[in-house]
Amino acid sequence: MSFIAKPKVSHPGMPKNKLGLTSRDYEGTVSTLCAGCGHDSVTAAIIQAVFELGIEPHMLAKMSGIGCSSKTPAYFVSQSHGFNSVHGRMPSVTTGANAANSELTYIGVSGDGDSLSIGVGQFVHAIRRNLNMCYVIENNGVYGLTKGQFSASADIGSKPKKGEPNQQEPIDPVSTALSLGATYIARSFSGDKEQLVPLLKGALMHRGFALVDIVSPCVTFNDHEGSTKSYAHTRQFYHHVIDIDYVPPAEEIKAAYGEGEAMPIEMHDGSTIVLRKVDKDYDLTSRASAFKYLREHFNAGEITTGLLYLDESRAEMHELMGNIDTPLSHLPLDGLHPGSEELKKLQNRYR
Amino acid sequence: MKPTDTSNPDYFHKVVDCQRGCPAHTDVPAYIRMIAQGQFSDAYMENRKSNVFPGILGRVCDRPCEPACRRGRVEEKPVAICRLKRVAADHRDDITARLPKAPDQSNGKKVALIGAGCASLTVANDLAPLGYEVTIFEALQTTGGLMRTNIPQFRLPPKVLDEEIGYILDMNVDLKLNHSIDSLKGLLDENFDAVFVGTGAPHGKNLEIPGRYDSENIHIGIDWLESVAFEHVKSIGKQVLIIGVGNTAMDCCRTSLRLGAEDVKVMARKPRGYFKASEWELQDAEEENVEILINHSPKEFLIEDGKLVGMKFELMEYNIDENGRIDRGTVSGEKIIPCDDVVLAIGQDNAFPWIERDIGIEFNEWDCPIVDETTMMCGREGVFFGGDSAFGPKNIIWAVEHGHQAAISMHRYCQGESISDRLPDGLNLASQKMGMHEWSFSNDYDDASRRLMPHVDLKERFKQIDIEVELGFTAEQAVQEVERCLNCDIQTVFTADLCIECDACMDICPVNCLTITENGEEDELRTRLRAPAENLEQDLYVSADLPQTGRVMVKDEDLCVHCSLCAERCPTGAWDMQKSTILIPYAKDELSDEQVPLVAGSSA
Ligand SMILES: Cc1cc2nc3c(=O)[nH]c(=O)nc-3n(C[C@H](O)[C@H](O)[C@H](O)COP(=O)(O)OP(=O)(O)OC[C@H]3O[C@@H](n4cnc5c(N)ncnc54)[C@H](O)[C@@H]3O)c2cc1C
Ligand SMILES: Cc1ncc(C[n+]2csc(CCOP(=O)(O)OP(=O)(O)O)c2C)c(N)n1
Ligand code: SF4
Ligand code: SF4
Ligand code: SF4
Ligand SMILES: [Mg+2]
Repeated sequence: MSFIAKPKVSHPGMPKNKLGLTSRDYEGTVSTLCAGCGHDSVTAAIIQAVFELGIEPHMLAKMSGIGCSSKTPAYFVSQSHGFNSVHGRMPSVTTGANAANSELTYIGVSGDGDSLSIGVGQFVHAIRRNLNMCYVIENNGVYGLTKGQFSASADIGSKPKKGEPNQQEPIDPVSTALSLGATYIARSFSGDKEQLVPLLKGALMHRGFALVDIVSPCVTFNDHEGSTKSYAHTRQFYHHVIDIDYVPPAEEIKAAYGEGEAMPIEMHDGSTIVLRKVDKDYDLTSRASAFKYLREHFNAGEITTGLLYLDESRAEMHELMGNIDTPLSHLPLDGLHPGSEELKKLQNRYR
Repeated sequence: MKPTDTSNPDYFHKVVDCQRGCPAHTDVPAYIRMIAQGQFSDAYMENRKSNVFPGILGRVCDRPCEPACRRGRVEEKPVAICRLKRVAADHRDDITARLPKAPDQSNGKKVALIGAGCASLTVANDLAPLGYEVTIFEALQTTGGLMRTNIPQFRLPPKVLDEEIGYILDMNVDLKLNHSIDSLKGLLDENFDAVFVGTGAPHGKNLEIPGRYDSENIHIGIDWLESVAFEHVKSIGKQVLIIGVGNTAMDCCRTSLRLGAEDVKVMARKPRGYFKASEWELQDAEEENVEILINHSPKEFLIEDGKLVGMKFELMEYNIDENGRIDRGTVSGEKIIPCDDVVLAIGQDNAFPWIERDIGIEFNEWDCPIVDETTMMCGREGVFFGGDSAFGPKNIIWAVEHGHQAAISMHRYCQGESISDRLPDGLNLASQKMGMHEWSFSNDYDDASRRLMPHVDLKERFKQIDIEVELGFTAEQAVQEVERCLNCDIQTVFTADLCIECDACMDICPVNCLTITENGEEDELRTRLRAPAENLEQDLYVSADLPQTGRVMVKDEDLCVHCSLCAERCPTGAWDMQKSTILIPYAKDELSDEQVPLVAGSSA
């Protein structure tokens, strides 16, 4: 951490978004994480994504559990809503919040411990419900906050700073989400904002459960030789499959793409995701082939990244349950509260 | 781009914009930190080392450092560098024991300095401590040159001049007042080992238009100011026109107000933005209700019954192109403005009627001697120039810098060494890290705005001609102003081998001046940085290839506020904050240890 706050002074030539804000307006308090932590870099990517999308700060809700990763919502978009829940319970709290108000954009920031160890039950059910949220896992293979014990995402053979290498199978959040029917699944690396920022933008605008699993090295407890979640290891085995560009609604696709390289996919809100295929054989609409590809490359020791699965057609939680769009807080009291007569009638039906 | 060579002192020198902008390269951030710590005498001596006259310059310097100041790029106004110099001077203790002294024994060499202005005085300051026998010949009955005769006392009190000039004369300098040199040839025939010409640019430009010689109430600005300084002139008419809008004009109009004028107009030929006067001098004059009339070109003096009654002007119109260039203008009408006196302040010329043309000194088309810009020597060996006499009217701080350079040359010349073979600048770097998040300097950005100089009340100040208008910063103001300094001499220094490309430094930098990216040619690289890098005067700092990806770390030096956050957030210490000291050589640095002369009271 730093003793001084990041000065308010900024570059006079900073770009502004459609709200007239600069990325500096989307910052939070100064980070208290270790210097060089991947999580801080993810925070910077989230700031960039939310800034570029022009999300109004008060229309964003930041949800988290416990862990270094779960602390990070304090470090971006100070002027939004937030809930820092119990360890591993962010998905259910987000479910409740979203059930009450579907107008907000929900971003959950979690860790591999928070989501795959203690919170794995919550994680899988949020996916099953197709909860409309952007779910970020800052994946470092350890419990950073409690000083670096292996988490459920640690790879077999990965060496800890002290003690014996890990021997248990890792839980891969991407394959898990694939098997459970998540509708937007991506993986990236904290050290690759060029890839990460558009993936986050797509995830924030996707309707349904969007998982972004981000390798985010713990510089203090898991960045040594022999660790499979270090900066150096990730860079060495990093493998791009499909990178994307996010094009907001009613904007022209300006970037130049090579023949047969780019494929636009329209999203629910009218925006477009342009897929830049790095591996032409990869089909991100097929769960079966995605699964196969992931497994093969995992076995080869590679870290497969990019937008790995996308389904814009499945209904999200509110649609599945036939809920109304209006946030509960906007409903008049008699709409929320049927009255004692109605209650009596209802109860009589069960007598 | 090739990795930046930071071992070249020039690179980090350029980052210290103020010091770079100062002709004498005063170490501004260093002295500002000394003030911040209450070490006023140290701050004074740090100034004196390079600019010799901190008390004088703290009041009237042209301050080229301030437009250069980085703070003026990240927000509206630069640090009040000049005013802080005065703070150091105002609050210093008796520093006489710390001044350089003439040694017990002469080194056997004699130098003659012509004129007792700031240029000659600087040469004396640098050479006397080395054992030179220094003689100054001054035509007037007093020292200081234009600083005393032309800069009005309400800007620069004589006491300040006397004190700082005294420090130099006390080094056994032989001062010959009322001693005009009327023949350089004659002086060269005396047995001086080197001669320095510091005679200034003593001629005020004239305005040859009808009526010019028909009245006694038309004055040449610099001569008139001198007469005021020597109390030969004690009054002026009620309505005064000042022709010209440079700094001399500003002194003339404000002086007129103190001699009884009630309505003073400064007549400018061009529109605002094309005035020669410094912004602050204009402000100070306008605060005193001087009116500045633009687009008036003088045509004729109007004389009635042998008395000046007014002036006729042509009204001008100009076209200004998109680059701000102004054309010569067209006349759109005429106007008469009544007046009792006119002061001409339209510039100065050099004049050397006392330098013979057959002694090996070449003159250019404007009748100025041809002088080497590095060595300050002219075509005649052993004769050096400096200050306004060298390249026409400049200012005090340039005269001082010329004096330093001439002193180095004169020393080398007298020692029989080549004068072009000079010591290069040097560089010292020292880490300022004191702990995990602790730096030896105040690294936090203070968003206070520039403090305003308090002035003597408008009514009060006109009561006497020598009431100094500026009061100097109060203690509270000084405390706040020093915190505005960005410590640009505390450099961000990068070690590529240590970087793991975690992006922490890039993410934290408040002004987005860091980028990790593929290398490229400068023009193209500038377009790929995280924030626009459009100030081409500011360098890019480019690292060697980074170990993990072979990309490079690029820093745009332009807007770095030296907050140290990059170094604080770096897990590996790849960025460090290091104080750079640019070692500027002076004449004394030419001496080897054995050559340093003995001074009474000091041990060898
Ligand atoms: C009205 C006015 C206001 C100014 N205000 C400022 C200001 O605020 N800040 C600033 O930085 N600069 C200012 N300047 C400019 C500054 O004063 C000069 O640039 C500076 O004084 C030049 O110093 P110098 O040593 O070269 O010459 P001078 O100061 O001109 O000194 C030359 C000396 O040589 C003497 N001399 C000349 N000929 C002979 C001879 N033949 N024999 C013996 N002695 C001789 C003269 O009497 C004089 O004393 C101002 C100038 C003017 C005219
Ligand atoms: C119910 C409960 N059990 C255990 C803990 C202790 N604990 C705090 S953080 C943490 C692990 C966090 O790991 P992860 O989510 O990967 O976050 P990281 O710190 O690595 O970013 C644990 C086990 C707790 N706070 N609450
Ligand atoms: S312990 Fe690890 S995860 Fe936590 S802040 Fe430090 S580097 Fe980041
Ligand atoms: S010191 Fe470092 S973080 Fe601060 S402005 Fe300069 S480059 Fe940016
Ligand atoms: S913080 Fe240090 S290690 Fe990280 S990218 Fe910057 S210089 Fe490199
Ligand atoms: Mg973790």
